[in-house]
Formats: sequence, structure tokens, C-alpha cells
Amino acid sequence: MRMISRFVCVLFCTWCSLAAFAQQSHIGKLVGNAKPGKALYIRYCVFCHGPEGDGRGESAPYLDPKPRDFTKAVFRCRSTPSGTLPLDTDLYNTISRGIHASGMPSWKPLLPQERADLVAYIKTFSSAFQEEQPGTPVAIPPEPPSSAESIKRGAALFQSMNCWSCHGKDGRGHGPSAASLTDDRGYLIVAFDFTSGRQFKCGDSDQDMFRDLVTGLDGTPMPSFANAMTPDQKWDVVHYIRTLNNPKHHEVQNAANTQ
Amino acid sequence: MGTVISTRINSLLFALGIFVAIVQPSYGIPAFARKYGLPCSACHEAWPMLNNFGQTFKDNGYQLGNGRDAPIYQEPSYWPIMFRSNPVWHRESNNRQAVDLVPGNPSSGLLEAGVSSSGFDLDGVDVITAGTLYNNISFFIQPFIGNTNITLTQAWVRFDNLLGSPWINFKMGKFELDEPLSQERLLTISNTGGIYYNYFFTPPGDKNTFGGIGFPQLGAEVLGHSGNDETRYSIAVASSNNGQTGLPTNQTYDVYVNFDQAFILPWFGRQQIGAYGYFGEAPTFFQTSGGTPIPGTGMGNRSFYRAGVYAHWYVGSQFDFDTFYMHAHDNVFLGNAVPANQPSKLPPGAVGPSWNGGYIEGHYNPNTRLIFVGRYELVRMEQEVNPSIRPGLGNLDTWTVGYRWYPIMSPRAGLAWLQEYSRISNTGAAPLSGKDDMRDSLLMGFDFDF
Repeated sequence: MRMISRFVCVLFCTWCSLAAFAQQSHIGKLVGNAKPGKALYIRYCVFCHGPEGDGRGESAPYLDPKPRDFTKAVFRCRSTPSGTLPLDTDLYNTISRGIHASGMPSWKPLLPQERADLVAYIKTFSSAFQEEQPGTPVAIPPEPPSSAESIKRGAALFQSMNCWSCHGKDGRGHGPSAASLTDDRGYLIVAFDFTSGRQFKCGDSDQDMFRDLVTGLDGTPMPSFANAMTPDQKWDVVHYIRTLNNPKHHEVQNAANTQ
Repeated sequence: MGTVISTRINSLLFALGIFVAIVQPSYGIPAFARKYGLPCSACHEAWPMLNNFGQTFKDNGYQLGNGRDAPIYQEPSYWPIMFRSNPVWHRESNNRQAVDLVPGNPSSGLLEAGVSSSGFDLDGVDVITAGTLYNNISFFIQPFIGNTNITLTQAWVRFDNLLGSPWINFKMGKFELDEPLSQERLLTISNTGGIYYNYFFTPPGDKNTFGGIGFPQLGAEVLGHSGNDETRYSIAVASSNNGQTGLPTNQTYDVYVNFDQAFILPWFGRQQIGAYGYFGEAPTFFQTSGGTPIPGTGMGNRSFYRAGVYAHWYVGSQFDFDTFYMHAHDNVFLGNAVPANQPSKLPPGAVGPSWNGGYIEGHYNPNTRLIFVGRYELVRMEQEVNPSIRPGLGNLDTWTVGYRWYPIMSPRAGLAWLQEYSRISNTGAAPLSGKDDMRDSLLMGFDFDF
């Protein structure tokens, strides 16, 4: 009986290993493979994200924000709805872009193939990638032109949607809830200061901001507003947020407020 | 008997297990790894040799661009400093040393004999402090504490990403030229295998004060690169002092240019090709006072150049090799050590020396903690300075093999165990017989930094 259980155990472990190394990623025409990805992970990523991908690398205690825990398969920067797995392209873009104001640099100096291989390996840390399909990417409609009216509507939405409770009434990131915000692992997290001019974590374009409003940033207190606002309203909020760190837009904003 | 063997094997496995457990956490280079928390393997194919990510980081002014680059984002106690030293045991031998027939009696006559020496040794301590003064302003200071003196190897400040573009970066101070393969980042450190000879070569009889492109130079550099370093260029203007402070020779300037381009080769990965050239002038005599040269008054400048092409070839992720070619020429007055205002002193048939050289260096990097290195380098005289020099004198061939193993490398410290063997053969350089002179180095020891 013990022999059989050992055999089953060995068989299971072998299957898991093979399954892990069979993991692939697909980014456009690139096909990433987990096996070369592992070597790259050990070279570049393990010190922060840990050998088990649980975000407990040796440098992790000294980093703020903490490295991502890949075993949970929860990712901030996605093009897919909240609560769903990201596309391979989303992970690839995060690796390429890096995450501003964190320990995660841009890994663009790595070859595209190498980044694709890393994506494949990162997916081996959670069985979710074998059991579930990524979500359907959210649609981003064409952006209407920014206008004083749009900005004014956005300012009103910023208040009515309670964005201010974290980001503050003036967008400086010190709303009444800001001090108590934590991420999904219980670490304190800072609400974004829209006046700082810093890059956004998941991309800096208006489309990126729109997408963040739709998908939310999973693992953080930033919720999805997919159903809370119409697409036009989301664009209004984007236009308003753009004014918070752009002196050129202040005039427009002031004009909007005085109308 | 079987029990004894089994116990010994178990003990061995236990000891091996403890050893592996102790040395498991690897990677890291102190000065920047401490700042960013990244493993040193992120920037180094094998420390101290950079990989493309590290080269991009360096070219970007030691900035990752993740919003954490300026010192104001660091812990106040953070000090970007690193110490490096290498206690080693080595054996040096020379097969044709001129020795007195009777030791201690110089009148007993000379003969050629093999001489060797060995023992524990210490080269000195490299101190490197480098980083950013502010966003897009970086610096580097590298004093070297030798056994008898302290020298300033490098010291510079650099203004990065001028006009918001990675194509314009301005550096001033004493700095390593943008060499095809960095002399400062050589993986081998033995007496005969610790330098690229082409970077320092001077022909027999030549008195050019320029020591070679391997020496850090005093000057200013404009360097630019594409976002991920696929295309790079550098143009440096250096005082013609061979990197010596105090303007000891003259007031002319040399120019160094380097350009390289990377491209992707299907199945093999990133490849890089480049070309470089150093064009300068050196004095052939000085103004004198009572016959004594006055420092800084070098005159009779004559030209020289070093130029060539190189490539970094990658064959997959674990094997790569570098190829390098140089053609060089010195003016006839520099080559024959004759003041340019006294051309009559040139020996009959004197010419400017020219030579060719190159190397091929391979790296096998099975994992982040182990690298094997092999190098063959040669120099061939094309034209000797005058007919009194035997053709081929100065030719050299060197072979170097070795490996470095990095059992401990954390963001605070790194330790490498290394072993290498190197041989250099100098054609016709034996002092008495004029036969080929050979020197060997066998070295093993530690290279550590913190």
C-alpha cells in the first residue's frame, strides 16, 4: 500500500513539474516558455519575488511597496475585469514598463522573447493559470475631446463617486480614508497623489487611466467602476484628473468651475 | 565495512547539504544592489562583467527610472560605497630570466634560467562610491589603495538625459573610456591574464606617453544610447596626459570615439557589433630649464592612433564570446623616442611603428553563480620602429582559462572563488638568447566586495 502511495506521489510530482514547465505565454507572435523563463527568473526576479514566487524574496522586507505574490494570481495592471486573470500581454507589459515608485524597474533591456519566457514562468506559480481562462479584455471606446464641460462633470463625479475619500478633495492623496488603506496582504498602501506628476503604475496614457477605472487595481483598495459610471463619465473623470497636475488645464478647470 | 562506508557517505551528504544550505542565497552587488534591492545577477552576467540590463543602467546614469533614483528617496543612512579586494595564492614563472651565474656576484656573468615564485598575496583595495547626486546627475569615484600608495583611478560627474533624451549625456572628470570590453570589469585577475594587452601595448623602443586605451583618461565625454541600449555612441575629448592629473605633458587633446549597434539573430539572441578609435598627439620633447624638462610644456607633438572593430556574440543564454581587433600606429618620432626638432637623430630607415592585435574571449555561464572564461589574445608587429629591431620583436600571444564561482552574493556583499591559469609568450624577448620568453601565472583565491 505504501509502495502504491509513494508511486502515486512521485507520479503526481512529476506531472506537476512537467505541467509547470509546459506553461507557455502568447504575446502576439511570441511564444514564451517556462523553462528558459525559470533561469531568467532566478537571475533577475528571485531576490524580490522569492524562489516560490510568493513575494518573499530576500530583499522583500526592505521594499515598499512589497513585491507581488504570484501564487495568489492577483495582479493590479490588467486589461481584464476585476477578479479575473490577466492576459499574457498584461504581464508582459508590466514587465516591460516596470511599476513606477516601486522596486520594479522596466525590464525592456531584456529581449522580447526573454520577457515572454518570464511571463510563462510566472504563470507556473499559481494553478489558477491552468484552471481558469483570463478575462475578456475590457473595451475602451474612443476618447472624446477634453473640454471645460467634460472636466466639470469629471470634478463632480470625483466627488460623487467618493474618489476623494482616498485621493483627497484636491487629489493629493490624503483623503479621510487614506491613512488606513491596506493592500490584500495587509500592508499599508498610499493613495495616489494626482498632483505629483508621477507616472501612473499601470501606464500613463488616457486610455490606461480609463482602463484602470474599469478594471480597478486588484489587490488594492482601488475598486472597479465598470458598472458605476458610463464610458462617457469615465472619460470625464480622466479629463478631470489630468487637470490636477497640469497647469495648462487649471485655467480650463477654473473656467469650468466658474460657469 | 559497509556500515563505515555508509556512515561516511551520509556524513559527506550531510556536510554537502549544510554547505549548499549556507551558500544558497546568491546574487548581488553592494553599492547599487543595496539601493534597489536587486540581485547583482540582474546587472552582471557574472560580477564584475555587465550584461545588457547593467549596461543600460550604467548608460542611464545609474538610474532604473522607477522613481527611486534620486538620493532623496533613499534612507538617510544609505551611503553608496563599495570595497573590493582579492586575497589570493599565486605562482609566477618565467622560463628565460637573466640571472647571475653565481648568485650575488654580478661579475660572474649572466645566463638564462627559469625562475618561479609563489605564495599568498594581496593586490590592494578598490574603493568605489557611485550613484546619483540628484535625478539625472550621477557620479563615480574610485580610489585604489595599493600596498604602497593610493591612486585615484576614476572620478567624474555626469549629466544624464539632457534635453530629456537618452542620446545626450555629458560626463567630465577622469573616466574609463567606453571600451569594447571594459578593462575594469575583466573576469581574470592574474599577473599575466589580468589585462587586455592590446589596450596597453607599446612597441619595443616606442616612448609614446600615451599608455593605451585601457587607462582611464582625463576629459569630457558625450555618450548617447537608445532606450534599451541597442544603439550606443560615445565621443570623448581627453587631455593628452594619459590620465595623469596636473597636466604633466602638454596642452593638446585626444579624441576617442566608439559606436556599437545591437541586433537580434534568430535562435541565438542579441548580438552586438561596434567600432572604435583613439586619435591623439603626444609630445616628443619638453621645454627645459637648465636641461631639466619643465612639466606641462610638452612640444613637438606627433600623432598616433588606435582603431578597430569588435563584437559580442551570444549563442543562447549560457554561452557568449567577444571578438576584438585593433590596428595601431605611432608617428616615427614617438616610435624612435627622438625629439621632433632633431630629425637628424632618427636612425637610418626609421619608420612609425604599426601593429595589429586582437582577442577572442568566451564565457560559459551555466547559472548565475558560475562562469568559465577562456581567452586568447595576440599582438603582431606590422612595422618595427627601425631596422635595428628584429622583425617580430614585440609579438605576443596569451592564453587564459579560469572560472569564477559565486557562493555568496547578497545585496550587501559578494564573494567569488576563482582559479585561473594564464600564459604569455613574447616573441624573441628572452634577454640573452633572443628566444621566445614565456611567463605563466597560476592563481586561486577570493574576490570579494561589500
